[in-house]
Order: sequence, then C-alpha cells, then structure tokens
Amino acid sequence: MEYFSIFVKGIFVENMIFAYFLGMCSYLAVSKTVKTANGLGLAVIFVLGITVPINYLLENYVLQEGALAWLDPDFATVDLSFLSYIMFIAVIASMVQLVEMIVEKFAPALYGALGIFLPLIAVNCSILGGALFMQERQYPSIGEATIFGLGSGVGWWLAIVAIAAIREKIRYSNVPAPLQGLGITYIITGLMGIAFMSFMGIEI
Amino acid sequence: MSTDNSLATPKRESLFSKKNRKLLKDPLSDSNPITIQVLGICSALAITVQLQQAVIMSLSVLFVMISGNVIVSLLRNLIPDRIRIIVQLVIVASLVIIVDEVLKAYQPDISEKLSVFVGLIITNCIIMGRLEAFALANKPGPSVFDAIGNGMGYAWVLLVVSIVREIFGSGAISLPGMGQVKFLPQDWFIASGGFYENNNFMILPPMALVVVGIIIWIQRSSNEALIED
Repeated sequence: MEYFSIFVKGIFVENMIFAYFLGMCSYLAVSKTVKTANGLGLAVIFVLGITVPINYLLENYVLQEGALAWLDPDFATVDLSFLSYIMFIAVIASMVQLVEMIVEKFAPALYGALGIFLPLIAVNCSILGGALFMQERQYPSIGEATIFGLGSGVGWWLAIVAIAAIREKIRYSNVPAPLQGLGITYIITGLMGIAFMSFMGIEI
Repeated sequence: MSTDNSLATPKRESLFSKKNRKLLKDPLSDSNPITIQVLGICSALAITVQLQQAVIMSLSVLFVMISGNVIVSLLRNLIPDRIRIIVQLVIVASLVIIVDEVLKAYQPDISEKLSVFVGLIITNCIIMGRLEAFALANKPGPSVFDAIGNGMGYAWVLLVVSIVREIFGSGAISLPGMGQVKFLPQDWFIASGGFYENNNFMILPPMALVVVGIIIWIQRSSNEALIED
C-alpha cells in the first residue's frame, strides 16, 4: 500500500507541474501538439524512473553524513552532502547521454519516438527536482524512491498531454489578441492547478 | 587554435555605448526572459508567495548569472564544442553550491523556505540559455551586461508577482532582515469586526501562473508587436 500511496501522491497531490512548477520551460515550449507532448512526457517518465534510484544510491552510500561508513569505519563522520548538486546533475547529464545511446542501439523504434527529446531532458528542472525532493524527503528504501520517480514522471506526462490537448482546441476560440499563445496557456495552467488542488486533502 | 577577432578592433568601446545599453534594456521588456522568451519559469513561480524569498532568489540568480557568464565567456575558446553542456552545468552547479552554502549560513529561515529551489537554479533555463546563446560567443564585458540585463528582467517579474501575491494574500510585505510587516490595521479584518479579508487564493501555487498571465496580457496589450498569432 505504501508504494501505491507514493505513486498516487506523485501524480495528483504533489504534481510536478501544478504544485511545484518544475519543468515549466519545456512544458510551455513543447505543448503545441499532443503527439510531441506525449513523446516528451514519456521520455520524462523514463529518465525520472532511472535517475531517481541512481541518485538515491549515490545519496545513501556516498553523499550523506556517515554514508561512506561501508567503505571504512573511519569515514563515519565524513559529510559530502554539499557536493550533492554537482553529483546529481552530473549523474543526470551522463545518464541521459547513456540512455540515449542504449535506446538508439537496442530499441530504434523507441528512439524514433523519444530521440529528439532526450537531450532536452538533461536541463529539465523536473529531473533535478525529482532528485532533490528524493533527498529532502528521505525515502526509506530504493523501491519507494523509484516509485516516487515514476509517479512524478506520470504526473508530468499527464499535465503536458492535457495542456497540449487544450491548446490544440483553443486555436479555434476567440482569445483576446494579447493573451494569445503564452498568456492564455499560463492562465489555463493556473486553472488546472486549482483543479488539482482539490486532491490535496486526500489521505491515502 | 581559434583566434579572437576582438584583436582586430583596436578602438575601445565606451562603457555605456548604444550596444551595451541595448544589452541591458532589451531583456527588461521586449525580450524579457520570463514573459517573452519563456525561460526560467520553473523556479520563478514557486517562490513568489513572499517578497523576501523573491528578493533572495533574484539576487542568487543574478550572482550565478553574472559569474557564470563571465567564467564561460573567459573559457569560450577552451571549451570543446561537444561537451560544452556538461562543462556549463558543472560551472553553474559549483556557483549554486556557493550560493546555497552562503544562504544556509546567513539566511537559514529563507534557505529553508526556498528548499529545493536554490538547487534548481542549476537547471534554470535562463542561465543555461544565456551561457549558450551569449557568453559562448562574446567577450566578458558584454557578457556581464547581458547577464545583468537578463537577471534584472527575471527579477522584476518575480518582484511584481510576489508583491501582488503577498499584499493580497497576506496583507503584508516582507523584506530579508525585516521579517513580515503587516501594514493593514488589525481591526479592518472581518475576524475583529471589520470589512476586509485576505484573499487566501493568492497564496496557492496556481495563482502565480495567473498573475504572470496577467502581466503578459498587460505587457502585450501595450506593445502590439509582441502579440503571437
């Protein structure tokens, strides 16, 4: 049940876009059509599902205070947590590169769908945000951290596909000229965020 | 080895030449990073509940942008093209670590409130965007102006959004070092028999988006050239 609750929380209650605005840049830039939005969303799920557990291992066996004790008891007082930003971003950038190469080699069809989006993802705030939230919330095991990563990814995918669908339709509406494009997208995202706030009180 | 074409122009440019002023002024309005270029929104919206957080965030971004732009601009002929993104990320991440440690030491309360968003300056698209688009191709001097311009363009949107949200949401204004100042008389509030109530809606995260949307609306209706079609 614990896993299920973390997953649902990641999608609805603590949605990356509507509650924390993470990954807004690509959310606004790539949400013009549902097809590309879907591709980017899937790539985010994929990368979050891989980088959050790796960063979890890094956090718990290298960076945290006393985390290096498994190497030598003398290291029990070493605290490397000030290095976490640089380590996390390095892991993310290299994992994205690695994933891109592996996918290209072994799953050309998937690469065709995700390929152009993968390099974009290294600087998507939601990926680093996922790692930093994982660090802040101190998940007890790697399983929970992975589920958190996947859940946040699914939440992000849901948000971008929904806004892309709305933007496809809104082209036929009579929006005031200065609000067209970016302005109305902000306001709609705000309204969707308010709708998602209604999940907040739910205890799972 | 690549040669620096700046050597070819011996004439010194004055500090406030037309070009430099343009670098400073453009990002404030016509190519504002947040409202026009859609960069750096990720961290901008979540921390605008209170003015003091927005001030600290703007200063941090300004610092990281100026130093990042200068460092990358100095190294621009040394960075191999293929790994430039990683090099930039490492430079920015080191600067953000400095900011984070300083905030933890001198402003622990605000650092707590900003939580992960200080770290997220690393992936703030304005910084990467300016490094990539400007610092990699220009001398350190203009890069500083570009960084200041874009940093200020980011800052004013942040400050306006946070002032609006804090005044209407909490009936107060806060600055770093001063704490929150509630300037409305207590007996105005309905709870003590008055007529006024804070709009709690403004404190909720989605309202930041709506406020930015309205800023965009105002900006674009005053400058028709910016309207998208």
